Amino acid sequence: MMQPHWLTRRETIRLLWIVFAVVLAATVIAELFVAHEAHFEIETILGFNAWFGLLACAGLIAFAKLLGVLLKRHERYYEGGDE
Amino acid sequence: MSSLALHPGLILMAGAILLLRLRGVARSAVALAVPVAALYLVWLVPDGAVASVRFLEFELTPLAGDKLSRLFATIFSIMAFGGALFALNQKHPLELTAALFYAGAAIGVTLAGDLITVFVFWELMAIGSTLVIWSAGTGPAYRASLRYLMIHMLGGMLLLAGITGHVAETGSIAFQRFAADTPAHWLILAGFLLNAGAPPLSAWLPDAYPEASWSGTVFLSAFTTKTAVYVLLRGFPGTELLVYAGLFMVFYGIVYALLENDMRRILAYSIVNQVGFMVTGVGLGTEMALNGAAAHAFAHIIYKALLLMSAGSVLLMTDKRNCTDLGGLFRSMPVTTWCGIIGALSISAFPLTSGFVSKSMISQAAADGHLLVIWLLLAAASAGVFLHAGIKFPWFVFFQKDSGLRPPDPPHNMRAAMIFFSVLCIGLGVYPDPLYAILPYPVAFTPYTGAHVVTQLQLLLFSGLVFFVLLDVLRRTLTITLDVDWLYRKLGPSLCAGIAGRLARALVAIGRSASSLRSGVLGALHRHHGPQGVLARTWPTGSMALWAVILLLAYLLLYYL
Repeated sequence: MMQPHWLTRRETIRLLWIVFAVVLAATVIAELFVAHEAHFEIETILGFNAWFGLLACAGLIAFAKLLGVLLKRHERYYEGGDE
Repeated sequence: MSSLALHPGLILMAGAILLLRLRGVARSAVALAVPVAALYLVWLVPDGAVASVRFLEFELTPLAGDKLSRLFATIFSIMAFGGALFALNQKHPLELTAALFYAGAAIGVTLAGDLITVFVFWELMAIGSTLVIWSAGTGPAYRASLRYLMIHMLGGMLLLAGITGHVAETGSIAFQRFAADTPAHWLILAGFLLNAGAPPLSAWLPDAYPEASWSGTVFLSAFTTKTAVYVLLRGFPGTELLVYAGLFMVFYGIVYALLENDMRRILAYSIVNQVGFMVTGVGLGTEMALNGAAAHAFAHIIYKALLLMSAGSVLLMTDKRNCTDLGGLFRSMPVTTWCGIIGALSISAFPLTSGFVSKSMISQAAADGHLLVIWLLLAAASAGVFLHAGIKFPWFVFFQKDSGLRPPDPPHNMRAAMIFFSVLCIGLGVYPDPLYAILPYPVAFTPYTGAHVVTQLQLLLFSGLVFFVLLDVLRRTLTITLDVDWLYRKLGPSLCAGIAGRLARALVAIGRSASSLRSGVLGALHRHHGPQGVLARTWPTGSMALWAVILLLAYLLLYYL
């Protein structure tokens, strides 16, 4: 049987997740070591951009799914109508 | 008049038409040389009016320059070169001509010194871009192009009406800063915004652009919307309405792209999203914001073209356009994959890419103005860009699952075009000074501070986390999402069909009652006057004489009474 590409192997993906988690933590910790240039009060909370980005994306996906329930149609929806 | 012969836009348009007569190497050489010549000429255009022509009672200025117009004309020329390099092996002979004509018209708008010249080039752009879509040669492309043309004719009419009103009020055709204070100026603003893909008519863009050929969409992504950003920068800086229109576009683009399956339609929605950032910047109106909007337009043209080149290469090599059919292409298309990833990182404004040094100026302008809500919305949108374009596009096209497809990378000229634009994306990100030097205002902005890099990485990487955690929710389905174009693609036609159906039924009913009336009248006539009719029957002469006698007697009697 053909060997799967190294990038798609289970071990590689697990390793990537570990590296990703370390990098995520590092970006939050790094905030302690750089000079702050906050313009707004809210920015001074530790990891503000991290959790704001997280919540914003989760919110956007939730909104998109909701909108999808109302507005999604089969991809051939228009083909009957505007031929 | 002689200086008009050196108009970069006209040179490009003339070169485009010349291409129709050429074949083989000569055609390729001219297609590549003409944009380079145009770029050279753009930089020879000095500040102020260069050429003037008399038209009716107006003194037109078809060629005029300043920093803003040279910035846009520069990137349009670079785009024309990169696009031509990518499109050299497009089989359809019309497309490259139409595309370079379209690019020349866009340059014409940016170098126009008066409103009439703006309008003329504006309409030439609509013609060029429609021809680019036609060149795809498919039924859906033809129908989409007609819808596209209708919308742009509407935009052209709005603009013409506005310009006419403005000239009637002021007697001036100068293209200067307007305030959105009179109906004429509202019409001009509406005409500009329509081309920017602003609400309510954003749908023309994701409807039409993805129907063009694998190379056509690359050109389409660059000129129309960015010319709109240019005219907004010149005509309506600091107009508050633009902040709200821009923010709407930003989120519209993200939400629709999240629901989309067609890889090039994802990128088309993302054009609306990115132009939204620019329109917001124009609305904010400070020097920082306007510089940011202009720089972002410059950077955007490069990375969006790069993304669409990468998508176009996939389309050409696999003949598939939906995320559900693609995946795993990184194995056999390494150049396309890497270039796609660089474009995706740039659009997401990752540090060391062009998006980082341009988009952050717009956020900075909101922060400088202490506009917390706008700043937060822009930050949320930046996170959303990574989600809908930055990861979604490369993930679903090049990774995701093994689709079993093993297409090779595209031909060498297409690879060269992608590598050229990738180098520009990273070059501008690493060394933004040349771009900052040609922005309309002096730049007082340092993109690379520790805090800025760290906060941007937090924002983007945690968005990435959300993507992979919620991957199951984001799996693509064989669906489209309804938009405003539903009104003129479904509701309008079905209303018309309904009315037509009713009219037809009414006509049938009228016809039926008319024929029953006719047969009734004819029947009565037939009964009385027909061969057997009472009034047409033959009568014996005796009975007639008898009746005459009776009548005469009756008369006599009545006379004596």
